[in-house]
Amino acid sequence: MRSAALSAADAEAFASAPAPKRPVRWHILVFLAPAASIYTVVMLLPLVESLWLSFFTTGADRSVVFTGLGNYARLLLDPTWARFFWNALRNNLIFFAINMAVQNPIGILLAALLSLPKLRGRGFYRTAFFLPTMLSFVIVGFVWRLLLSPTWGVAKSFLSFFGLGAWFEPWLGQSSTALITLSLISVWQFVGIPMMLVHAALLIIPDELIEAAESEGIVGFAQFFKVKLPLIWPSIGIVSMLTFVGNFNAFDLVFISQGSNAGPDYSTDLLGTLLYRSYFGAGTQIGDPYMGATVAGVMFAIIFGGVALYLITIQRRIAYYSF
Amino acid sequence: MSRWNGLAIVGAALIAMGLSIPARATDLIIESWRNDDLAIWQDKIIPVFEAKHPDIKVTFSPYAPREYDAALNVKLKAGTAGDLITCRPFDLSLKLFNDGQLAPLNDLPGIDNFTKLAKAAWTTDDGKTTFCVPMAAVIHGFFYNKAIFKKLNLEPPQTMDEFFAVLDKVKKDGEYTPLVLGTADQWDSAYMGYQNIGPSYWQGENGRLGLLDGSQKLTDPQFVEPFKVLARWGQYMGDGYSARTYADSQNLFTLGKGAIYPTGSWETATFRSQADFDLGIFPPPRPKAGDQCFINDHPDIGLGLNPASKNAAAARVFLEWLTTPEFAEIYANQLPGFFPLQSAEVKLTDPLAQQFASWRKDCKSSFRSFYQILSRGTPSEDSESWVLTANVINGVTTPEQASERLENDLKGWYAPHKK
Repeated sequence: MRSAALSAADAEAFASAPAPKRPVRWHILVFLAPAASIYTVVMLLPLVESLWLSFFTTGADRSVVFTGLGNYARLLLDPTWARFFWNALRNNLIFFAINMAVQNPIGILLAALLSLPKLRGRGFYRTAFFLPTMLSFVIVGFVWRLLLSPTWGVAKSFLSFFGLGAWFEPWLGQSSTALITLSLISVWQFVGIPMMLVHAALLIIPDELIEAAESEGIVGFAQFFKVKLPLIWPSIGIVSMLTFVGNFNAFDLVFISQGSNAGPDYSTDLLGTLLYRSYFGAGTQIGDPYMGATVAGVMFAIIFGGVALYLITIQRRIAYYSF
Repeated sequence: MSRWNGLAIVGAALIAMGLSIPARATDLIIESWRNDDLAIWQDKIIPVFEAKHPDIKVTFSPYAPREYDAALNVKLKAGTAGDLITCRPFDLSLKLFNDGQLAPLNDLPGIDNFTKLAKAAWTTDDGKTTFCVPMAAVIHGFFYNKAIFKKLNLEPPQTMDEFFAVLDKVKKDGEYTPLVLGTADQWDSAYMGYQNIGPSYWQGENGRLGLLDGSQKLTDPQFVEPFKVLARWGQYMGDGYSARTYADSQNLFTLGKGAIYPTGSWETATFRSQADFDLGIFPPPRPKAGDQCFINDHPDIGLGLNPASKNAAAARVFLEWLTTPEFAEIYANQLPGFFPLQSAEVKLTDPLAQQFASWRKDCKSSFRSFYQILSRGTPSEDSESWVLTANVINGVTTPEQASERLENDLKGWYAPHKK
């Protein structure tokens, strides 16, 4: 085994080697062009335009005025906006923490169980666990709302069947439980993604390695933690990154099940729902596209910062192995 | 793929594109949030108009109420909105007018068939320009299940004390939910709770205008008191009301599982078709016996003209028809519970609608106190009142805290409350 990443010395040696005359490699440009142009049109340009929008505001005579970072200062310091913003950020962190702490370990566990050699009905389980991921947020939000509904839902009678009826509470209606409940619904929906990625990583561990471990007497749990886990860290890293980006962009589930006011008492308000309310307005609240763009700008900064931090501090330390 | 870092992650971005079909010269499209009324517009109202104007074809194209404003804004900005725009009352429509997205209608023949008060919801602050034709008002009140009242030997309450006595009796009987309301959607708590009983405490227009000129504060007793009453409602609203939505409440009541349902006249048609028991209504109970009674008689729906419409002439013909008694009579009787705003008396055939309308004679009218001007800033006083009313009923915010927060929100941006 050796590190797959090119070392600096390798790169230098490659660059300083006498370069043979080669024709211009047009195919690189040709193959990059579709993705690059589509991303520019549908992602990059709107992103730049949205950031640009966040530097303006409506002036006294309804004209558009440049304010520099004024909107950002307003979002972070103005009592009304700051209350909404810090609340949404805090909720978003809790939402992310629950997803990381519950979804990913369960995903890894399911993947480990799926790769047990003697498991029967593997295809069925894999499909069943992955299915919710492919469902629309609208369906997930609606179905869970209905399941947990104290008026019509089955959750109460289900608990009563086990004699736990007294444990039932209107979880989506209480400020203390609504966010946790929504986080767990999100976990239920997306647990298929870590499962699939980790499962794929486990599948390509060569049998020789496992056999070598077995001949050393390392089996069962020890084998998982000592041999397999180190080999799937890169996948877990990618899963964590996807969770981070997905959670800080989350909006649909809260909007579908709690409405744009993210009730009760803004307890399920995420940055995404705050963005929606700021940009489009809600109820009689009139929308302000410039503040909406500002919230979007902060979300971009958080996600960009998080991903960069991950790449710099963690990604570089992960050892990659090739066989 | 021998390398671990060869795992590629592909994200797919979906673009939802709103496609608009270019309209023919005489096609009119009405944007609306009244998806409940689709069949009535299609089958009862539009055919009458089209029979008189065979050269104009009208399409009623509604959204779900919750999505309407955002969808309409986007369509107006993109230039794909319909010719006729259903107008929310007050600031939402005023903003559209100020942004040049609704045309002035002062010169529309027939616009004088409406009183100044009826036009107030769709007129500029200086009272000079009207930009939507007023269509209908709704009256807030309480529905009750006559069968349950008869069975438990109850009478519709006149005062708040009697109201709670009735609730206590239903609760003691144990078979029905005494008061059907949920706090999950928040707006129903605010409009059907606070704004329903509130005018009786803040003396209707007196309190509403007092807030506007800053002479009254939300921390004054007349605005705290309705919150105190609402704080007692939760115990009668049944298990799990905090996760009950507006639609859940409607169904609970029409299935005959609840005794009293605080709401408004807009439910009349739906309830008639769904409930198989006798429906009764009573106005908001008075705080004390002998008090003047106040009702929330809220201008709710208007229709305006999209200045970007290519069929403005035909659209104006339709708007003019809306000002006629002919339209008012069809509308009021096809949609009982929506009351025309025209000066001319309209004959109502539905007994419940007649009863709602009769309250206008006995009680003084006001409308939702936060709609005019007070929803203009950030945060909107009305939107905040949704959250806080739900909180008060849920018992997580005290009436005093809720009033204080509302007053503070207003202090943040509304000059008359800044001192």
